[in-house]
Amino acid sequence: MSSTFDQIANIIAETCDIPRDTIKAESHAIDDLGIDSLDFLDIAFAIDKAFGIKMPLEKWTQEVNDGKATTEQYFVLQNLADRIDELVAAKNAAPGA
Amino acid sequence: MNLDYFTLIDRIVELNLDEKRITVEAQVPAKHTIFEGHFPGFPIMPGVLLTEAMAQSSGWLILGVLKFERMPFLAIVKEAKMRGFVNPGELLTIEAKLEHEGSGFAVTKVKGRVGKELKCSAELTFGLAPFPDPALRVHMDAMANKIGFPLQAITHD
Repeated sequence: MSSTFDQIANIIAETCDIPRDTIKAESHAIDDLGIDSLDFLDIAFAIDKAFGIKMPLEKWTQEVNDGKATTEQYFVLQNLADRIDELVAAKNAAPGA
Repeated sequence: MNLDYFTLIDRIVELNLDEKRITVEAQVPAKHTIFEGHFPGFPIMPGVLLTEAMAQSSGWLILGVLKFERMPFLAIVKEAKMRGFVNPGELLTIEAKLEHEGSGFAVTKVKGRVGKELKCSAELTFGLAPFPDPALRVHMDAMANKIGFPLQAITHD
């Protein structure tokens, strides 16, 4: 089974037409890969579907805008993978999961 | 369908918030200047207008699901397929289903038919934003009333 990072990288490569081998765990989705907000909607949809979650993009954006978080915490791909793993774990731990 | 004002949906036939789907009707006018150019001797609905009709249908569905708390704005059109000609005077029936409600966006799958014949389909993504101007919210309320939006569906949970 591929890692969360690999799954995200594959989604980004396919959605944004970025060569897969240029997408690294340390890549910043915005600063390094040039992904804009519209492409990120597409990526978020694919990630939500693939992992059965709802990425809280608006909450993350608000935290960045309020200076409570940095973009690196959410948009460096290894960090994004970690956030997704946390969301999946929280979903699986929820009652009725 | 009022092409001059870009209001393409005439009537909401059914809004099912449990299943997150909507059915609407859009009466294509028998005459309009658009058909004089598109095309002379062979008038048909432009594909962009069919796409817009599918987007507006989806928009009413999303407004219902979100209880008019946010406005959907069309962001991505995927897999838009014009499967057959739609002629002046025909009644278009459009069904939209909410495929996914994400954080700040929503995705629908939409199909448009004339009678039983499938004429168009698409997957549409919308950005969701607070109403940018009170006048828009007032306008949407008036439009909802005009096309028979079942407001009781969003006021009784």
